[in-house]
Amino acid sequence: MKELLKTLVEIPAPSGYESQVRNQIREWIEPLVDEMRVDSLGNLVAVRKQTDAPRLMLVAHMDEIGLMVTHVDQQGFARFVALGGVMPIHCVGGRVRFLNGVQGVIGVEKNPTSSEIPPLEKMFIDVGASSAEDCPIRIGDVAVFDRSFVDLGKRVVSKAMDDRVGVAVLIEALRRIEKSAFEMYYVFSVQEEVGVRGATVAAFGVEPDLGLAIDVTATGDTPKGHRMEVRLGKGPAIKIRDAGMLADPRVIQWMVQTAERARIPYQREILEFGGTDARAIQLSRSGVPAGVLSIPCRYVHAPSEMVDMEDVENAVKLLINLLQTAPNLERPK
Amino acid sequence: MGRNTETLNQPTITPEQIRVLEKLCNAVAVSGNETEVRRLVMDQIKPTVQEMRIDALGNLLAFQKKESRKPLRVMVAAHLDEVGFMLTSEEDKEEGIYRFELVGGIDPRWLAGKPVQVGTERRKGVIGCKAIHLTTAEERRNPFTVEALRVDLGGGGKAKVGDWGTFATPFQKIGGSIRAKALDNRIGVATAIELLKYEYPALDLLVAFTVQEEVGLRGAKVAAHALNPDLAIVLDCTPAYDLPLQVEDSFYPLENERYNTRLGYGAAIYLSDRATISDPRLVAHFVRTAEKMGIAYQFRQAGGGATDAGAIHLQRAGIPSISISVPGRYLHTPASLVRIADWENTLRLVYHALQSLSVDVLQTER
Amino acid sequence: MKTNNLSILLKRLTSPPGLSGYEESIAREVEALWKPLVDHLSRNRLGSVLGFRAGSGESPRPCLMMVAHQDAIGLMVSGIKEGFLRLTEIGGVDQRILPGQLVQVHGKRTLPAVVVQPPPFLLPPEAQEGSVPLSYLWADTGLEEKEVRRWIQIGDPVSFNRNYVELGSDVVCSPSLDNRASLCALTLCLQELQARKHAWDIWAVASTQEEETLGGAATSAFQVQPDLAVVIDVTHASGPGSPAHKTYPLGKGITLGWGPTVHPKLYEVFKELAEKLEIPFKMEAMPRYSGTDADRLQTIAEGIPTMVISIPLRYMHTPVEMVSKKDIQRAARLLAEFAASLEIDFMVKIQWDETPKP
Repeated sequence: MKELLKTLVEIPAPSGYESQVRNQIREWIEPLVDEMRVDSLGNLVAVRKQTDAPRLMLVAHMDEIGLMVTHVDQQGFARFVALGGVMPIHCVGGRVRFLNGVQGVIGVEKNPTSSEIPPLEKMFIDVGASSAEDCPIRIGDVAVFDRSFVDLGKRVVSKAMDDRVGVAVLIEALRRIEKSAFEMYYVFSVQEEVGVRGATVAAFGVEPDLGLAIDVTATGDTPKGHRMEVRLGKGPAIKIRDAGMLADPRVIQWMVQTAERARIPYQREILEFGGTDARAIQLSRSGVPAGVLSIPCRYVHAPSEMVDMEDVENAVKLLINLLQTAPNLERPK
Repeated sequence: MGRNTETLNQPTITPEQIRVLEKLCNAVAVSGNETEVRRLVMDQIKPTVQEMRIDALGNLLAFQKKESRKPLRVMVAAHLDEVGFMLTSEEDKEEGIYRFELVGGIDPRWLAGKPVQVGTERRKGVIGCKAIHLTTAEERRNPFTVEALRVDLGGGGKAKVGDWGTFATPFQKIGGSIRAKALDNRIGVATAIELLKYEYPALDLLVAFTVQEEVGLRGAKVAAHALNPDLAIVLDCTPAYDLPLQVEDSFYPLENERYNTRLGYGAAIYLSDRATISDPRLVAHFVRTAEKMGIAYQFRQAGGGATDAGAIHLQRAGIPSISISVPGRYLHTPASLVRIADWENTLRLVYHALQSLSVDVLQTER
Repeated sequence: MKTNNLSILLKRLTSPPGLSGYEESIAREVEALWKPLVDHLSRNRLGSVLGFRAGSGESPRPCLMMVAHQDAIGLMVSGIKEGFLRLTEIGGVDQRILPGQLVQVHGKRTLPAVVVQPPPFLLPPEAQEGSVPLSYLWADTGLEEKEVRRWIQIGDPVSFNRNYVELGSDVVCSPSLDNRASLCALTLCLQELQARKHAWDIWAVASTQEEETLGGAATSAFQVQPDLAVVIDVTHASGPGSPAHKTYPLGKGITLGWGPTVHPKLYEVFKELAEKLEIPFKMEAMPRYSGTDADRLQTIAEGIPTMVISIPLRYMHTPVEMVSKKDIQRAARLLAEFAASLEIDFMVKIQWDETPKP
């Protein structure tokens, strides 16, 4: 799975401009599904048909956070804005790669009165040009962080683990599963990072009975980090809530019971910020019971995100097990 | 920049259109209360459409043809509402003094000392403030807040809590520019009215004059759900912050790099704002059209702001969308400013883009 | 309507915790209460209770949706350390009201606990001054860690202790009056409709997750596709520290919403009805949003003309919320009257404008 993950994370595909990673995913999964389509926003929707079975929509988002150029000044420096949640602290000294192949460095204006991290407005991208005329990028060009995949053994590091690791889990599950209790819609969504936009229209089109997002979640196990219980290496996380959604208790129960039955380690996750595609599914049409299978990830939205390969493998196992039995959607106790 | 024969029969901005824009700008239609402008629009488009419908929220939906026959259904949206305020509490009935709250995004620092008009009767009044003689230097350093300001309508009882109001700036043409309130988005509305006068053989044109854009893109959401077009073009007015830079550096030549758009540089094509990443296929189509027809255009800088496209593109199973705006200075303030040439270029760009749209535009994947 | 009956009803409705996302306990109560009052009961996929009453008009009949959210705010266990529980919020909770609050932890067993604030020397410098943020507070069940872990896990909802008190002859004090007071009004309205004819079909909806996503009402509306919707919620009553110009006196009447969220012609109808019935009311100016289920309802599908009526409530989002029983009755009566008086061709009357004929 490391190879799969490595290939995925290194493709540049920021929100709104996902075609490169979509093409790669499509190439891999085409022989594994009955039908495939790309909808009007660019979501890749793949179907494994099954009659008389509840319809499950699984979603992992293809897009990563990125930057868009807003202006190139007379000296050839480019100003930019974020596509998705790019944090200034992660930009200082960073490297970027544009979709057209150009690479650059992020520089910062000096602030004589404060040593605080400046906002993105006070940063710029330097591609080594000497004027606006000889600059190979211009207004509207998009870029992503430029960091390659690093194998630390049990753990791996790269930009775009959020959510290429989710994409990898979905692809791996597709490869390993022969039968399931559901009619399966594997959705590789776009524009999650700018407001779960792809999933919103995909859910409307798919009309699922049940929805499950595979995405990363933060951890609380770094020095003076987030105040949360999830840790790297303790298993995939079953989301209880985040800032966008309260997971359906029946879905949580289904996930917990499945994990315990299959003896897969898991964690119960509460995230006090952030949201996922599952929110979009939950609020679609007449409502859809939804949940999230989370992969613990350190340094989310930084150029070097870290996941534990055991967590990833267990996430795949848990997902495969989940697909074997439909949840009981009768009212909870 | 060669012009070809296709441009000969294209829309232009005539004194008549400016008169229509004047009527539109002088009308009062704050979000939630768009009746006056909606009626003006109905009157204007009556001769050019075969069917009109007003939906549950007050959107005016206009159909050039009753029967839909073409393979491509294109929605053009322009919002009717303007920013303003609502009276929320009567403080002194006899004096006619009211507390108010803003409707839409207005920077409160532009409010003090301005004439306003309130209610369907357009009662004249002011947002006043204490005379400078009665203030201290300390006070003057702090900006007025909406909580501290009041609407004063003079001698009592002529308005009531719940009344909407807005600035009372009269429309004026000044050389090649227009100065008025509510250019956001009466200029988009005027453009849509004009576009309806022409025929588009390859497509069905559906125009939605939407309500409540300024309070959350509400009208556009339901209009798009109802119309379910193949693609959508939103006409709006976008800020131009192209004022002189007032920061200097003796080592590095600084520029104004956050102008958003610039007056005089033509129609503004959106790439990305806070709510929408424009469909790249539509962006390419508009750019190709502008280049081919020799129409001045610029890219609106990515970043903040939103248009009706934000709601439209997420309706149903997704609707490819793009926004095209006339650049304007001082939007959401008492007096906004646009260049007539930019308006004309915007009108022409959208006209030609519509003329050359076909199902091919959406054949490639996004 | 006897106030005795109202008290009993309100006490029943405020008893179940029913936190956002975990509304099962209140949903069952609502179903039990509505069963004799509706033709058909069902649940929407996100747990909202839908009660359907067929109208007497000729088919096809338009339908009215009346919504009151059934979920309440509270807390949730976000961690366990040395037997103490960490907490996160469900809905908007002001952390300053938390120290000393008695709560119930709904785990495998329901256990009592108290929310406590540690002394400053046990807190990092940034949390020592001012009010202690929620993530530094604890809930203490009084049990040893082993016992705690036996019954409680991360994700268990935590509700404020029930404490229903009648103050004087009219005022009631209890947690969750936001929005169970409105649910009470809606139930009383259904009771009154038992004895009245109504031409329109009526959907009564006890919606879920209003305090988090407004999702229960929005998805129910998509399912039902009503022609009209009325939302019953609470608004701010005047009280200590609250600005007079943004609040309404307790027991002096309900409010009728006005603003872009509300269809102006619906406001007019409600205003006329209230005047006819001599129900005291005030216009509540809502220049932008209503802060209720109406905010999402209004733009569902092709749009729904929406009305908001509110019951003044003091100390909103604390365990000591207060309402006036008279105001609940007023809301119930106005709702019932509106529902019963809807003529079959009412939708024509609320058209925004005439469009010119081709």
